[in-house]
Amino acid sequence: MSSDNRDTGPRSARHYPARPKAVYLLGTCLVDSFYPQAGMDAISLLEREGVEVIFPQQQTCCGQPAYNSGYDEQARQVARQQLAAFAADIPVVVMMGSCAAMLHHDYPRLFAGEPEEAQARALAGRSYEFSEFMVNVLQLELTDNSRQPLTVALHTSCSARRSMRVAEQHKALLSSLSGVQLVEPQRATECCGFGGTFAVKQGDISAAMAKDKADNMAATGADMIVSGDCGCLMNIAGTLEKQGRAMPAKHLATLLWERSQ
Amino acid sequence: MKHIPVQQLSTSEMAALVDREEHDFADMQQRHFKARAKMSLENESLRASFLGASNFLVGKRQAMFPDTQQLERLRDRGEAIRQHSLNHLPELLERLEKNLTANGIQVHWAETAEPACQLIHTILNDNHAKTVVKGKSMVTEEIELNHYLEQRGIECLESDMGEYLVQLAKETPSHIIMPAIHKNKAQIARLMHTRATNSDGSDVPYSEDVDELIGNARAILRDKFMTADAGISGVNMAVANSGTLCLVENEGNGRMTTTAPKLHIAVSGIEKVVEDFSQVPDLLTLLTRSATGQKITTYFNMISSPKKPGEKDGPEQVHLVLVDNGRSRMFSHDTLKPTLQCIRCGACMNHCPVYARIGGHAYGSTYPGPIGQVVTPQIGGIEKHGDMLSACSLNGACGEACPVRIPLPQLIRELRAEAVNPDVDHVSADSIRQVFNSVKGRGAKRTVAESLIWRGWSLLHRQPGLYRLMTQLLSRGRKLMPARLGAWTESRTMPQAAPHSLHELARKRGLASQPVPGDNLTETSK
Repeated sequence: MSSDNRDTGPRSARHYPARPKAVYLLGTCLVDSFYPQAGMDAISLLEREGVEVIFPQQQTCCGQPAYNSGYDEQARQVARQQLAAFAADIPVVVMMGSCAAMLHHDYPRLFAGEPEEAQARALAGRSYEFSEFMVNVLQLELTDNSRQPLTVALHTSCSARRSMRVAEQHKALLSSLSGVQLVEPQRATECCGFGGTFAVKQGDISAAMAKDKADNMAATGADMIVSGDCGCLMNIAGTLEKQGRAMPAKHLATLLWERSQ
Repeated sequence: MKHIPVQQLSTSEMAALVDREEHDFADMQQRHFKARAKMSLENESLRASFLGASNFLVGKRQAMFPDTQQLERLRDRGEAIRQHSLNHLPELLERLEKNLTANGIQVHWAETAEPACQLIHTILNDNHAKTVVKGKSMVTEEIELNHYLEQRGIECLESDMGEYLVQLAKETPSHIIMPAIHKNKAQIARLMHTRATNSDGSDVPYSEDVDELIGNARAILRDKFMTADAGISGVNMAVANSGTLCLVENEGNGRMTTTAPKLHIAVSGIEKVVEDFSQVPDLLTLLTRSATGQKITTYFNMISSPKKPGEKDGPEQVHLVLVDNGRSRMFSHDTLKPTLQCIRCGACMNHCPVYARIGGHAYGSTYPGPIGQVVTPQIGGIEKHGDMLSACSLNGACGEACPVRIPLPQLIRELRAEAVNPDVDHVSADSIRQVFNSVKGRGAKRTVAESLIWRGWSLLHRQPGLYRLMTQLLSRGRKLMPARLGAWTESRTMPQAAPHSLHELARKRGLASQPVPGDNLTETSK
């Protein structure tokens, strides 16, 4: 799901805190129901680094679907629930780029002039996309313990690339696995056509974009598609499967954990 | 549309094909956004044209900005210059008028499209002008000037090659910089052969050779420049301090339009003003590199007065028509004001994955692509143009490409919120504040059904207990999921929920749901 990012290009680098003792994990609603293993693998990676993971059972959805559709009041109602669920002053690791962007960029705007504005700003300031946290805060170093060579076609979501600007972090994490070879698909930086409610409201355009992305992914001949956003994974893998040329598709955290165990 | 080998076609068969394209275009414009998009997606030659153009133009722009940091600094300056203009807009416009008038250029103001057309018509009438050559101008497309003048017996000939072709085809531009980008070589060859006439009245021979095609059009236009009663052009930048109109172009048609006829009428949106010449180089650099991947265009015209006594060339009268047409409403809107930063380079459409697939005509508006989605509903109202707002995946490619940092994805989202705002627009109502801080047709796209869906969605997601129940039902009932789900499963398989949600798995693993109070968790580990 793509975030409607206000940022229009690099301006300043983000300041990162020292390695914390504990973090919150924000699973995201898509990971929760469709890719829970990605969340569990991220938990395993964080715990191996000596970081305690706190998973608020009160978390639901960041509110992005309503926000991107222009239903600000409904988005705020749901976002308020997350303000409460992630209230303690510890970093929040977010399992998808678009949801991270929603918290980091959109919450302050969504709550501008509301009683929770300061709270929303504070949460925005301590929310990190998964790979961003692993690279910039934990300086994660991995050893590839798998003997199986693997070629991976990476799809960095638009919100991870343009809103959170963590495309390099995705690449860095995968590149640190010695047995993994990264292959670059054609038009790699282009949207896969998911876009949350866009896929429903403009089904024909979305499908045309997804088909082109699927073609480019298949053309790489990679063994697997990897992404840090499950909306894109669902969209690309689902299109390939429908066309009878299914490719395995995994969240970045899953591949990292599987190969470094 | 299948490509038919041209050798096998007679002139009349070609004419029939060209007529058919004209008919298809007119037919498409009658339809709703979704139908237009679908027609475009199914047109293979159109898709090839747009995807090819996108690849070409994105590549050319990229080659112009090898140093990312330099580019970002330049964008910072471009944004600052445009914001400076907007922050001082009323004052700069007054200064512009004063200095233009001092230079002998007559300034006119028009609040909407119709008065703008009337004004231009009056100027032409006063000068007994019956034939007009036009330089490329999007604002005259916006106010539908050609149509207005032609209905009143004034011949308007577009002199930009792309605009000329679009006019021959009886279509509208599909791109703000490359108006005929939707046509391939064979289509253009047929168009020139069947619809253009040489100055001596002879037919234009069929040719797919680009140089020959341009040569033919050039010969026809050259004659028109010499005989036209008036020239009408756009404006890229209007410099307030010196009273100068700047015009960027590549074909020399802008120079001809603004110098050969006795009368020159320039038409500009009120936002094009800049304070000083010192601001021009940065904007020009950004404009040409972002638009066509050129370091500089072949022509850069600076018009500061009519012909002076003793001068041989130039028009005897120069007029500037400043058009508002919804712009002061954008200016007064808290969040939509950056719309007016636009310098009309077209980079946003070149980088847009939706535009690359459906092309410009699908938007059904003068301005297509991301900037079109932002400008059009604000000019023409949400009721008529709000449907295009959902045709955006908010991927951010446009905002990243915009040379003056217009937050286009943010503005599109903002307009979506306006479109479904429960506080509907009553333009006739009393509150000036409401009129000026809302978009024409606010709330026009709000439906009971969608509002109910979002209310239900909110209810499920703001009550964690209810949410967990829903995810459990989803995982337990995953085998019962329907194989089809609307538009999603037409081209994708149905995603299947996992047997256990992350909430369940985390609980089973014994993860704390909240930190223990009093435990100092902000300290660092290891």
